[in-house]
Amino acid sequence: MGMFDGVAGFGVTFSTMFRKVVTEDYPRVKKVTAPRYHGRHQLNRHPDGLEKCVGCELCAWACPADAIYVEGGDNTDEERYSPGERYGAIYQINYLRCIGCGLCIEACPTRSLTMTNEYELADDDRQDLIYDKERLLAPLLPGMEQPPHPMRLGEDEQDYYVQGPEMARRPDVQDQVREEVPMVPPREPAPQDGVSGTAVEQSSVTSTGEKR
Amino acid sequence: MTQAPERTSDQDDLPPVPEGHVRLTIDDRIVDAPQGELLIRTCERLGIVVPRFCDHPLLDPAGACRQCLVEVEMGGRKMPKPQASCTMTVAQDMVVNTQMTSAVADKAQQGVMELLLINHPLDCPICDKGGECPLQNQAMSSGRAESRFVEEKRTFAKPLPISDEVLLDRERCVLCQRCTRFSRQIAGDQFIELLERGAHQQIGTEETAFGEGEDFQSYFSGNTIQICPVGALTSASYRFRSRPFDLVSTPGVSEHDASGASVRRDWRRGTVTRVLAGDDPEVNEEWIDDKTRFAFRYTQAADRLLRPMVRGDDGELTETSWTEALERAAQLLVAARDGQGPEDEDGHRKQGVGVLPGGRVTVEDGYAYAKFARLALRTNDVDARARVGSDEELDFLGTRVAGTGPDHVSFGALEEAPAVLCVALEPEEEAPIVFLRLRKAARTGTAVHHLSQWSTPAVVKTGGRLVRCAPGDEVAALGTLPDAVAAGLAQPGAVVLVGERAAEVPGLYAAVADLGARTGAKVAWIPRRAGERGALDAGALPTVLPGGAPVADAGARAALASSWGLPDAAGLPADAGRDLGEILRATADGELAGLVVGGVALDDLPDPDLARRALEAADVVVSLEQRRSEVTDRADVVLPVAPVINKAGSFRNWEGRDRHFTTTIDPSGGSAGRVGGTAATTLPDCRVLDTLAVEMDVDLFTQTPQATAAEFARVADALAGHRTRDAANALFAASRRSASPPAEEQHVETHAPALRLATWRQLLDGGALMAGEPELAGTARPPKFRVSTQTALRLGIAQDDPAELEGPRGSLILPVEIADLPDDVVWAPARVPHPDGRVVTLAGLGLAHGGPARLTGGSRASERSSS
Repeated sequence: MGMFDGVAGFGVTFSTMFRKVVTEDYPRVKKVTAPRYHGRHQLNRHPDGLEKCVGCELCAWACPADAIYVEGGDNTDEERYSPGERYGAIYQINYLRCIGCGLCIEACPTRSLTMTNEYELADDDRQDLIYDKERLLAPLLPGMEQPPHPMRLGEDEQDYYVQGPEMARRPDVQDQVREEVPMVPPREPAPQDGVSGTAVEQSSVTSTGEKR
Repeated sequence: MTQAPERTSDQDDLPPVPEGHVRLTIDDRIVDAPQGELLIRTCERLGIVVPRFCDHPLLDPAGACRQCLVEVEMGGRKMPKPQASCTMTVAQDMVVNTQMTSAVADKAQQGVMELLLINHPLDCPICDKGGECPLQNQAMSSGRAESRFVEEKRTFAKPLPISDEVLLDRERCVLCQRCTRFSRQIAGDQFIELLERGAHQQIGTEETAFGEGEDFQSYFSGNTIQICPVGALTSASYRFRSRPFDLVSTPGVSEHDASGASVRRDWRRGTVTRVLAGDDPEVNEEWIDDKTRFAFRYTQAADRLLRPMVRGDDGELTETSWTEALERAAQLLVAARDGQGPEDEDGHRKQGVGVLPGGRVTVEDGYAYAKFARLALRTNDVDARARVGSDEELDFLGTRVAGTGPDHVSFGALEEAPAVLCVALEPEEEAPIVFLRLRKAARTGTAVHHLSQWSTPAVVKTGGRLVRCAPGDEVAALGTLPDAVAAGLAQPGAVVLVGERAAEVPGLYAAVADLGARTGAKVAWIPRRAGERGALDAGALPTVLPGGAPVADAGARAALASSWGLPDAAGLPADAGRDLGEILRATADGELAGLVVGGVALDDLPDPDLARRALEAADVVVSLEQRRSEVTDRADVVLPVAPVINKAGSFRNWEGRDRHFTTTIDPSGGSAGRVGGTAATTLPDCRVLDTLAVEMDVDLFTQTPQATAAEFARVADALAGHRTRDAANALFAASRRSASPPAEEQHVETHAPALRLATWRQLLDGGALMAGEPELAGTARPPKFRVSTQTALRLGIAQDDPAELEGPRGSLILPVEIADLPDDVVWAPARVPHPDGRVVTLAGLGLAHGGPARLTGGSRASERSSS
């Protein structure tokens, strides 16, 4: 037993004191995720505010955890939520079940469903973790109008789909899903008021996006 | 192929080829096939699946899609090119090599598939057919893994509506022509055809080709959607609703007509999403009419009754528990039955309860109504005929129809009959599946005659043999049938089909029975509603006991009493029962105190106003209904009963064939049975009546449809010996009450000379079961008056002009069409849905078949139609 034994026992402790801490100061400082992090889903809108979801239920079919429930409804000329014939009348994602795999995103034929980086999906009430359409729909950006309303960007749904990508690149048009992932992902800490930040920040990030 | 020596050695050991057969080799297997069989069927029997699109066993061969190519060798020499196995018949010593054994056939099939897919859009994820698509399946089994086609695909505008119900997607079409062949051969509605040439070849209608004209007008258009081997034809009501693999399929039976067509109900999340034709070669083959296919949303209607209701002291119906509702109903019914109600000024008390089950009951429910009336209400006042009926009809049904089965007249017998005569029956409108069989028969040589007023589409499509007569003169016309018709009916196997409308013409049932006796033709009765035949055998008629025996037969009553476990027949009412009209009149006049009403729509009754008065006058009205109706609005207790999809049971079709079905959606099965978010607590009529009877201290033993069916079978056996086939037998006549009061003389004030009215109902006329089906309603034949050229000239009305038909209680304005009616006769549809939801019935206007009516055209009618 040497005289330093008492101190040597603290060797690990002292050496760790000079290393960078692994603990995080969450929730005071929120961690910024990887750009393609699989967070909360978002139902996107066309630039005029109409919903992109057509109620096809392919996301529900793709879901391995059976976390998605969709019921389609019929658009009418008086009450239109999306271009085309059908829209998602009921849309629910159960985050108690969702495993964040992103297969639903790949299944979505209209790029309506994407994932945001929001990861704070905890609650003290199971019911509240079933997100309905209200909570999943992307916010209205400037220039968008709350549906139901007629198609503003064309005569029929083809105008939306064929010219959609074109339109999304126009600087004057707001789109939640940019085709490209930004070259430099934002690394600076997010603002204190929450991870969700503004819609524009979300819109710059998609996960499991297709590469063109 | 190098198997010729083997084959000869094989053949030496084989038994001789049976008569009428040929021996051939398919994929190295020796097989005997009946002469004339198509190669593709022989392959099927061997378990060899040859891919195909255009081939359908019930349609004539076409060889349109070329997908079924196989290699054929005749007399040791190969045919120079692969042959379509769906058009080639078998031949002696033929050697066939399918894609299983022939590289040439396989390559040919792959080539055809590649060509078919060139212009086929990649719609599978959003296509209704995806998951049950022959093209999808066969592209996987016999197509290339990758497409070599890099050019732009041909596109069409889509979807293209070819009728309100059927949508066409021309991009997806593989031009197999199943739809056009079905319409031409089976339905006879040649409204769709192949148009254009080359890459622009497409299916279309006159309307799609020229921008105006006729669209796809057919009562059977839905079948084309079902047999389309790709998703080119889709239905507007099912489009994008569901994917096949999401659906649960339950076999069922059509509740829409008396044919008992086999159907398949596909449902999901507690609601039926579509109805498809089932495959029953003996009944409906693989076809159903559009009403059966598309009219199913009435169970999801907003006015569906889900909880029992009792009318409180405030006069309002309030929802309550089953226990309370049944207690209340029992208490009211007992008081009404025993005449404990209040005395009127003359010291007279109303007594007795009449039962009106309606014509859509299952056999089990009909039996429960019949037993409930006789045991719990101690009366024979029960009549399931919610339409014009007559005493003569009761005699006819009791002696000639009750207890008969498919061995008497069946669909198959119609097909084989040398001659068929339809009397008071418009098959396409009133029994569409019968129409399809008659058309099939007519195509193979059966002479189908119609005793009717004009050449309706059904007459034309079954060979155009019309025996024209003025409405009301049917009896005389039957007596003086043209010799050719009479001679045809005298051949063995000939059939006379008589519809329920025969009751509208006095003496017609007797004349039909007489014709049957005179010519030897078999007589079959075809009602319009699904439950009428079952209700007859179940005894839900005033003169017929369960099992079909007459009420006046004491022996039958004794047998029934012992079957029901009563000490003696004294427990059964022996008095003759009242029929529908008498029940309503007695209730309105204050004789009967109460009514138990099933699925009866007042507008359907011969005298809707009388029915309304009766419901107002009755002390007690207990309604067993599925949806809110005029009856429930006047009822004291409303008991919600289950529609066919929520119960098991059986319909007895016009042949007398029992068509059993199981519960499609179990209403007690948690979320699956929920209707509009509310757990449905509806029960079958037989269960409700059983519990109601228990509250009245009577046991019916009809808790479940299964128990009811078993008991009914036992009772029917016990009473079989008491049925009578003797029309002259006085027992049925004795079962009737004394002569019913003569019908009120209906005198029409005439400025214009009176015409005689001919009328019957059209298939799609906005009936109760067609609620919530706008697309189906859009395919209905537009209601029109029809008169002869002479009559039109005399009245000064031109084709398509509006005219006004006046009756004692109102009038109706419709356009006029010229048809080959007798002069001074006007035909009108018996029920006309009004765009605003009201329904106009000729009975409601006080008009009847064979009676006088006044038709005025010209400016007055056009003014009134525009206002």
